[in-house]
Amino acid sequence: MRYCQETGTLARVDQLTDTVYSFTIEAPQIASLAQCGQFVHVLCEPFMLRRPLSIAGFDKEAGTVRIVFEVRGKGTAWMAALKEGDAITLNGPLGHGFPLLDPDKKAVLVGGGIGTPPMMPIARHYGQNATAISGFKTASAVILQEDFEAFGVRTVLCTDDGTAGQKGFTTDALETVLTEGAADVVYTCGPKVMMKRVAAVAKAHGVPCYISMEERMGCGVGACFGCACKTKTKDGGTTMTRVCLNGPVFDANEIDWEG
Amino acid sequence: MADMRVNIAGVEFKNPVIAASGTFGYGLEYNEFYPASRLGGVVCKAVTLEERLGNPGPRIAETPAGMLNSVGLQNPGVDIFIKRYLPLLRRQDVAVIANVAGHSLDDYVATTAKVSDAGVDMVELNISCPNVKEGGMSFGTSCESVEAITAAVRAVCKCPLMVKLTPNVTSIAEIAKAAEAGGADAVSLINTITGMRIDIRTRRPILKNNIGGLSGPAVLPVAVRMVRDVYKAVSIPIIGMGGISTEEDAVEMMLAGAAAVQVGSATFHDPYASIKIIEGLQAFADSQRLSSITELTGAVQEW
Ligand SMILES: Cc1cc2nc3c(=O)[nH]c(=O)nc-3n(C[C@H](O)[C@H](O)[C@H](O)COP(=O)(O)OP(=O)(O)OC[C@H]3O[C@@H](n4cnc5c(N)ncnc54)[C@H](O)[C@@H]3O)c2cc1C
Ligand SMILES: Cc1cc2nc3c(=O)[nH]c(=O)nc-3n(C[C@H](O)[C@H](O)[C@H](O)COP(=O)(O)O)c2cc1C
Ligand code: FES
Repeated sequence: MRYCQETGTLARVDQLTDTVYSFTIEAPQIASLAQCGQFVHVLCEPFMLRRPLSIAGFDKEAGTVRIVFEVRGKGTAWMAALKEGDAITLNGPLGHGFPLLDPDKKAVLVGGGIGTPPMMPIARHYGQNATAISGFKTASAVILQEDFEAFGVRTVLCTDDGTAGQKGFTTDALETVLTEGAADVVYTCGPKVMMKRVAAVAKAHGVPCYISMEERMGCGVGACFGCACKTKTKDGGTTMTRVCLNGPVFDANEIDWEG
Repeated sequence: MADMRVNIAGVEFKNPVIAASGTFGYGLEYNEFYPASRLGGVVCKAVTLEERLGNPGPRIAETPAGMLNSVGLQNPGVDIFIKRYLPLLRRQDVAVIANVAGHSLDDYVATTAKVSDAGVDMVELNISCPNVKEGGMSFGTSCESVEAITAAVRAVCKCPLMVKLTPNVTSIAEIAKAAEAGGADAVSLINTITGMRIDIRTRRPILKNNIGGLSGPAVLPVAVRMVRDVYKAVSIPIIGMGGISTEEDAVEMMLAGAAAVQVGSATFHDPYASIKIIEGLQAFADSQRLSSITELTGAVQEW
């Protein structure tokens, strides 16, 4: 079995900011199968479509998975009203995750806003060999910095307005980090414009870069072609690739950023 | 226990619940949840003569009690379908229906000839896709073209031919009659109803294609009414779909005139939707002391 549907229990709810919630869910089957960078498809009972959310952490022994999400629309607002002890139904773990090197390699993680959560399981893998660059609009939107520190990761915090950490973009911080010391791999998740620039900086430094793409989804399992994004083919053409099945993680070189 | 088997145009289905085209891939993606052999049948994603990349994204939008899609027939082309996907699906004990689409009459004929030679139980002629600029739905909206394309495809199709009708017409009953006159062995309906959603903040349509096709619970009453109209107009069997997500919905569709049903978008909400419908139909038929599920077909008593 690669994935399944599981109705778990919401073991722990933490509200991280005005609009961002962290759920720890007892879902032992999904936890046992989960890998870095995969996602779950969350049933929002009153609504037709499930919401895809990255796996922000998993504990195979405790049988839990963690998701961290921002309230954007109706489905995530419904989720935010759930309470500890409530049931929550997930399909997962879905998609292909981040390829991991040996933990003694040097990794740089670049998370933008609500793209930060999927960086966490990677941070745990590399521990002190990882640098986690996180970017947010402003101090009140900052999340997960203590979690990264708990893994022994070096953190670099950026805000657009300079109210926390350094003022400026994650891509500038990445440029500095890669100039200061060699890295073996870059991982990123966040707004598409940010990921595009992260990919360009990594490429300029000759470092492989993996990104996590976002598309609206129907089935989540490769059956509807609803989630396709534009990718490059080996012969220099372009094609449409299912994010839920072949992604959400792609080698940055595969993405056609104009698509 | 009521007999759940249905026979449509000579094709045997072990139960009347079939996965709808475009929502169940090539019948294998849901194998992690349950084997496709639990279903009465599987309709594959539309195939075309050549590879199609479909429309740019976003291709999916949620709606009240439903969804819009503008996938636009993305598929690897009929040859790869036959080589890579069909043999895997054939290995499952389930009726296999190929859904055929195209740009031109010649495309439809050539693609149907290939899939029916390769061996499928039935061909569903998709002249009702709202998401492509040429071909697709434009073949399905006039009686003359429906009759002509059905007849041309019928001549090369070695298995029973079912024509899938679009609801985006003035009289679906007239279109169904044209399909029957062209030699269709069955009709299926409804494909999606064209619709649009707009993001009020960006003032942009959510779908990159601007418009898409509506499916899901929102369309059920429209589909039930159309199945009823078609049932009164033709004597070939009908497979009903559109918004079915529970066994009650399936019973309604059968009472209106459907010999079997297809389940589409409901599978996105709950991957087990079809399985629950099959079990629920059996329980309903038993509670009504039916000897066969076929007794439901067309049995509504209109006022
Ligand atoms: C692989 C993947 C991983 C993700 N991981 C996270 C995460 O860890 N944390 C987080 O906060 N968000 C994540 N997202 C984005 C999240 O899925 C959307 O913010 C969420 O679906 C919006 O739902 P809603 O009910 O708030 O909005 P509504 O507007 O009510 O949603 C309507 C429909 O559109 C879809 N939709 C709307 N916006 C998006 C979007 N940006 N991406 C995909 N579908 C969308 C919804 O799923 C739903 O089907 C991820 C998206 C993908 C594809
Ligand atoms: C994402 C998606 C893709 C679809 N693709 C096809 C297709 O390729 N061919 C086709 O005949 N119908 C296609 N349909 C239409 C369905 O087969 C069905 O007619 C319609 O969705 C109504 O049923 P439902 O309400 O149960 O989903 C598609 C529907 C959806 C939601
Ligand atoms: S969401 Fe259905 S194929 Fe990806």
